[in-house]
Amino acid sequence: MTTKPEMHIPIEPERYELAASPAYHFDLDRRDFFKILGAGVLVIGVLKGVEYAQESGGSRRHREDLPNAINAWLHLGENGKVTVYTGKVEVGQNIRTSLTQAVAEELHVPLSSIELVMGDTQLVPYDMGTFGSRTTPDMNLQLRKVASAARDLLVGMAAAQWQTARERLIAADGKVTDPRTRRSIEYAALVKGQQLTQTLPAEDPLIPAAKWTVAGQSIPKVDGRDFVTGKHRFPSDQKLPEMWFGKILRPAAFGATLVSLDTHAADQMGATVVHDGNFVGVAAPTEVQAESALAAIHAEWKSAPQPSGKDLFDYLKKDTTEGHDPTGDGDRFDVGALDKAMAAADHRLQTAYTVAYIAHTPLEPRAALAKWDADSLTVWTGTQRPFGVRGQLAEAFRIPEERVRVFMPDTGAAYGGKHTGEAAIEAARLARAARRPVKLVWTREEEFTWAYFRPAGVIEVSSGVRNDGTLTAWEFHNYNSGSAGIRTYYEVPNQRIVFHPVNSPLRQGSYRALAATANHFARESHMDEVAHALKIDPFEFRMKNLKNERLRAVFEAAAKQFGWGAAKTAPGQGFGMGGGYEKLGNVATFAEVNVDRKSGDVKVVRVVSAFECGAIVNPDNLRNQIEGSNVQGLGGALFEAIEFENGKILNNRLSDYRVPRFSDLPVLETVLLDRKDLPSAGAGECPMIGLAPAIANAIFDATGVRLRSMPLVPSGLKPAA
Amino acid sequence: MAQIQLAVNGRSYPLDVDPQLSLLSVLRDYLDLTGSKYGCGEGVCGACTVLIDGKSQRACVTRVGAVAQKQITTIEGLAHGDELHPVQQAFLDENAMQCAFCTSGMIMSAVALLNENRRPSPAQITDFMDGNICRCGTYSRIVRAIQKAGAAMEAGKVAAR
Repeated sequence: MTTKPEMHIPIEPERYELAASPAYHFDLDRRDFFKILGAGVLVIGVLKGVEYAQESGGSRRHREDLPNAINAWLHLGENGKVTVYTGKVEVGQNIRTSLTQAVAEELHVPLSSIELVMGDTQLVPYDMGTFGSRTTPDMNLQLRKVASAARDLLVGMAAAQWQTARERLIAADGKVTDPRTRRSIEYAALVKGQQLTQTLPAEDPLIPAAKWTVAGQSIPKVDGRDFVTGKHRFPSDQKLPEMWFGKILRPAAFGATLVSLDTHAADQMGATVVHDGNFVGVAAPTEVQAESALAAIHAEWKSAPQPSGKDLFDYLKKDTTEGHDPTGDGDRFDVGALDKAMAAADHRLQTAYTVAYIAHTPLEPRAALAKWDADSLTVWTGTQRPFGVRGQLAEAFRIPEERVRVFMPDTGAAYGGKHTGEAAIEAARLARAARRPVKLVWTREEEFTWAYFRPAGVIEVSSGVRNDGTLTAWEFHNYNSGSAGIRTYYEVPNQRIVFHPVNSPLRQGSYRALAATANHFARESHMDEVAHALKIDPFEFRMKNLKNERLRAVFEAAAKQFGWGAAKTAPGQGFGMGGGYEKLGNVATFAEVNVDRKSGDVKVVRVVSAFECGAIVNPDNLRNQIEGSNVQGLGGALFEAIEFENGKILNNRLSDYRVPRFSDLPVLETVLLDRKDLPSAGAGECPMIGLAPAIANAIFDATGVRLRSMPLVPSGLKPAA
Repeated sequence: MAQIQLAVNGRSYPLDVDPQLSLLSVLRDYLDLTGSKYGCGEGVCGACTVLIDGKSQRACVTRVGAVAQKQITTIEGLAHGDELHPVQQAFLDENAMQCAFCTSGMIMSAVALLNENRRPSPAQITDFMDGNICRCGTYSRIVRAIQKAGAAMEAGKVAAR
C-alpha cells in the first residue's frame, strides 16, 4: 500500500462534487430495519424528482424495490421513540439540534423522544457529505417532509381505527386526538405491532415558518450535557478492548520517497512495524511504546526541490494549468464589451490582492480507530464525508464498500478540513498488520503538515467607473484560490471574470466559505478603493451600484446598527465595511479598528454583522455561528498564514501559528433578518466573508494605508514610510 | 516503571507507570477519563486543563510523577451526581460551545478562575483564559457564562450561610 500525501485533491470539492451525479447506496433491507428497530412506522425520504411508490406493510419486497435515491428515513417505534437516520454529521454547526427541531415541529412530538443517528455508513442512507452549507436547505427541509408524512400516516391510522374523517383529527404532543369525542391515542399505541413503510407524498403540507412553534426557537444543544460533563466520546476518545496505538513515520518533505529504512531496533521493541511502499508506521500497546518504536526507526528520504512561501505569488501567476488539463480549465464569465467600456470610463482603477495558505486547525486533530473482523473493516473517525472515506478505505484495501463501515462520532470541528480519510487509512493499515484494533490520533504537527490547506491566491481587479459613481466595467482574475463567490453582485454591464487554476505547491482543499472569503476580500476592498478615489462615501457607492434587495437590506441594517457616518471619536480609529452573498445567505459586516501607529498594533474593536438566510431555524445558534465566523475570520484576516520552504511547513505548531484568542475578541453585535417567507438556508460559511475587507477598509480609514494581502497585519502595521 | 498513587476526582488509583508520562495520557489511556483533550501537546491550547489542588494546569505538559501527592480534578469530577457545577450549567445556559472539543478545558480553567475570584471583570477573564483556544470562536459566550457562573456561585455561598 502507498499513501500519497502529495496528491492534489480538487481545489474546490464543491465545483466538482456537487455537479457529479451522486452514486446512491441503500444497504439496508426494509425488513432488516424492523428487525433492528422493532415494529413501528418507517418513513423514507426520497430525493425530489425520483419516482416513488407507496408500499403496503405486508409485502415481502427486496431492496431493489425500494426507492434508490433516499437521503433520510425516520422510524417511530412501539415505545414512542423516534429515530431519524441521516448521513449528515455534526462538527459543531449544531445540526443535531436544528434537525431534531425540524422533526419535532412537523411530527408533533417532544424533542426528548427524538434521536438522530448520523454518519454511520451501515445505518444511514448515502450522503455525499456535510459541506457547502447544504444541511439546512436540503436535509432540514427533507426531514420536515419525512416527519410531516409520518404525522399524516399516523392521523390516517387513527382515522381508520375510529372510522372517522381524518380532517377532524389533530396531531399534537405525540398523540392523535379527536376534539369532538375527546378520544385520543398515543403514536406509540397506534404503531403497536405494525410494520408500515411510507414514502413521501407528492405534496408536502409543511407548516409555514410563520406558524412554527419548535423550529424557529432557540432550543439549547440537545446533547449539551454530554459535552459539559466530558462524557461525549469524540473520535479521538474512542476505545476498544485489546486496542493498540499507532504512529506514522512522516516523510522529511512533501513528495519525498524512501531511500533506505532500518527498522531493526523498532522490531525488537514489541511493536508491530509496517513498511509498505512509502508507508512506514508502528503499532504498540501504549502510545509511549509506539512513540519509542517510531523514534528507533532510521530512514533516509529524497525529495525534489519545491517552491517556497517567498516565491508563492509569482509562482501562482506563472504556473496556471489552463489549457493543460481538459477537466481543470478555469471558470469564465463574460458579459457586454469589457475592453470598450474600460477605455470609455471616466476613471479606471487596477489593483491586486493576495491571500495566504491557512490551516483549518480544528482543535481535535484527525483521529481514527480501526478494527478488522476477518476481511470486514470498521473505522471510527472524524470526517465530513463518512461515505467518501468508506470509498477511500475500500479502494486502499481493495475490498468491497459493503465490507467497510465508517462511523463518525460527533467531532471536534472540521471547517472544511476533514473531507478526507488519511488517519482512517493509516489506522486500518496498522490494525491489519497488528491483528487487533489500532487507534491513531494525529499530533498537532501532523495535522498542520499532512492535512490540506485553504488555497493561497492572487486576485487582480480592474474597474471602470463614471464620474457619478456608476460602475461600467469590471475585470476580475483569480489565480488558484477558487471560484466560490467570484461573480459580482454589483450591477456592472460589462464584465470579464476568470478563475485560473494552478498546480498548487501545497496540498489544498475546501475551507469554510471556500474562496468566497478571498473573492469578497478583493472585491469589497476594491470597491472601497474606487469610492475613496472618487471621494464618494463607501456605503453610498455600494448602494448606488447594488440592486439585489436582500443584500441591500443587510447593508442597510448593519449600517444602522453600526452608526455608519458618525464622526471619529479617537485617534487611530477607523471604520470599514464589507459584505456579499454566498451559499444562499446574505451578510454585511462593519468593523471598527484602532491602530496604534507607534507600536503598529491593530485592534479590531467592534464588529457588527447583519445576516439574512431566509426563515431562521434556531436564532441563538444562528447568532453563535455568526459570532464564531467573525472570530475565526479574524485569524485569516489579521495574522494566520502557513509558512513553508522547499516541501516543509515552518510553523507547524500552535505556539508558532497564531489563532484568535480571548484577547483578540472584539465587541460582537449581530442583527438577524428573519425572512419567514423564504426557505431556510445554512449559515456556517457566509457570515465569514465580509469581515476581512471590512477590517482592511477600516485600517485604511484609520491610517490611509491600503493593505491588500491577507493576512493583513501578521506582525502589526509597519511604520509609515 | 514505578508505583504511583494518583488521587483523581476524590478516588485513589494505584498505578504502575513511568513517572515521566504526561498526566494527560495517564488520565485518558489508563484511567479512561477522556474528558480532558489533546489539542497541541505543548500546553498552549488549554484543551487538557485540569485542576491540581484547585489550580488550573495543562495535563499534556505535566509529568504524572509530579502530581502523585496532589488532588487532581478533571471535568468528570465536577458535577455532584446529576447536579452540574454552576460553570457547567452556565456553559449550557449560554450555549457557550459549538463543536465543544475545547469545552472541558474551558470549564476547568473557568472553575480555577472563579475559585480565586467570583466577580472577575471581562479584562480579568480575558487575561486568565487567554491560554484556552476555542477554534469555533465562542469566546464572547464563554465570558458571559463565566460571569453568570460566578454570580451563581456567589449567591449559592450566601444562601448556604
